[in-house]
Amino acid sequence: MTAPLVLGIETSCDETGIGIVRGQQLLANVIASSMDEHARYGGVVPEVAARAHLEAIVPALEEALRTAGVTLDELDAIAVTSGPGLAGALMVGVAAAKALAISLDKPLYAVNHLVGHVGADVLREDGSDIELPTIALLVSGGHTSLLLVRDLIDDVELLGETIDDAAGEAFDKVARLLGLPYPGGPQIDRAAVGGDPAAIRFPRGLTHQKDLEKHRYDFSFSGLKTAVARWVEQKRDSGDELPLADVAASFREAVADVLLTKAIAACHDHGVPRLLLGGGVVANARVRELAAERCAAAGIELRVPPLSLCTDNGAMIAALGAQLVAAGRRPSTLDFGADSTLPVTVIQA
Amino acid sequence: MLLAIDTSAGTSVAIVDRDRGVLASRDSADTRGHAEVIGSFIADCLTESGIAISELSGVVAGMGPGPFTGLRVGIAAARTFALGAGKPVIPMVSHDALAFGRTEPTLVTTDARRREVYWSLFGAPDADGLPTRLEGPALAKPDDLPTPDGYARLDAATVSAAQLGLLAEAMYVHGRSFAGSEALYLRSPDVTMSAGPKRVS
Ligand SMILES: [Zn+2]
Repeated sequence: MTAPLVLGIETSCDETGIGIVRGQQLLANVIASSMDEHARYGGVVPEVAARAHLEAIVPALEEALRTAGVTLDELDAIAVTSGPGLAGALMVGVAAAKALAISLDKPLYAVNHLVGHVGADVLREDGSDIELPTIALLVSGGHTSLLLVRDLIDDVELLGETIDDAAGEAFDKVARLLGLPYPGGPQIDRAAVGGDPAAIRFPRGLTHQKDLEKHRYDFSFSGLKTAVARWVEQKRDSGDELPLADVAASFREAVADVLLTKAIAACHDHGVPRLLLGGGVVANARVRELAAERCAAAGIELRVPPLSLCTDNGAMIAALGAQLVAAGRRPSTLDFGADSTLPVTVIQA
Repeated sequence: MLLAIDTSAGTSVAIVDRDRGVLASRDSADTRGHAEVIGSFIADCLTESGIAISELSGVVAGMGPGPFTGLRVGIAAARTFALGAGKPVIPMVSHDALAFGRTEPTLVTTDARRREVYWSLFGAPDADGLPTRLEGPALAKPDDLPTPDGYARLDAATVSAAQLGLLAEAMYVHGRSFAGSEALYLRSPDVTMSAGPKRVS
């Protein structure tokens, strides 16, 4: 049997992602982002994102088919993100996927967005298989989650997640209070050039001994954001010039430090010498750099998919769908909905 | 033969034929759960009507007006079904289905939530028996609705895709043009522009 040809549809946040894979081979990864429309609001506006999905989905489908050089008839299955994510945005993809699958008489697989981020790793160019178990650190503007993946389609455990803001959200909010535009990640990166990451010791959320008992693998970034705001206000009130590069570098260091400290701890605690990164925050230079440093020091193999497969995309959803097809899983029934809080233990809805 | 989908109020799907009328339909008045039921409604209509997808000549999409989250489900489904089937999308104003078949001038309203209604004002049907929309669709507070003399009022809780499909067939026969391809939200997205960061200390 040749590897299944699967089309994936992803609309959980502000990217309309359509991907096409043949088993573990990437054929197309089309992403239409509404990021520019959100820029003037300083963050993702769910209704703006959902409207953009509705307009982008058919053109993105057509472009993906063109790029992959396949026709809809040739597909073996369709996969779609059914959660977690923004409800109104998810619904566009869910409805579109159902109608497309029915019109083509193809099986449909409703899959978990977070597990999809892990699934992106099967699309590695060297064609090597994903090595399991692995710890996965998934960080974006919508989620900050630490997973233990023993089996991509059977056994994923949520170790921890953010209890308030996502890390990407913290970047956006801090950028705004520093007077930098949206999205905050690349802006903070730019502002931090030449800054001293140790200049200001900003708090690392949920890392104190008493917090670790209950929240060993959970994250919190709202206290950090407030600490940066307070520091900046005091500086401005005193009339001193704001050391922008130091603030940006120190803030970024605090985020990267807490992300990697907890991820490495998870690797140690579970005896898993592998760490996989996913999500848009992986684009952040310091997060990648610190991950490489800490993993090397701890003897942990670090895997970072190419950036276009780290940010939200349809290829990772197609890849996870292809794993389900290859394993002989039954398609999802037609009555699944958009579940904004779908737990990672539900890999296929 | 047309597949018609409208989610401007509840969820409604139908397969209609110019000569044979409504071949199958599924309706839910539930103003939530559009995404859950849309797939099985389409599949059920195809099975019950016994038609092959290749027999369809197009896919009717109710473009609203309607509350946005639900409205998009039907439009998205109509668009991708049409893509998969290789058929055109036929966009229609959902309110027109409510006026289709009525003989008297009518003010049609549907729920827009947030204590507002969508409305359209229809004159008597034209010589071909098709609705004549004089004003709307538009958005208003109930107290601000027009109250012209001699108009009946229809406050509708549901929009029938079967009616919408039959109207599309009739409009096609009489060479009428269909609606535009944009969703009729009639409201801007809820966005409050940030006034800049608030002080924390
Ligand atoms: Zn994501």
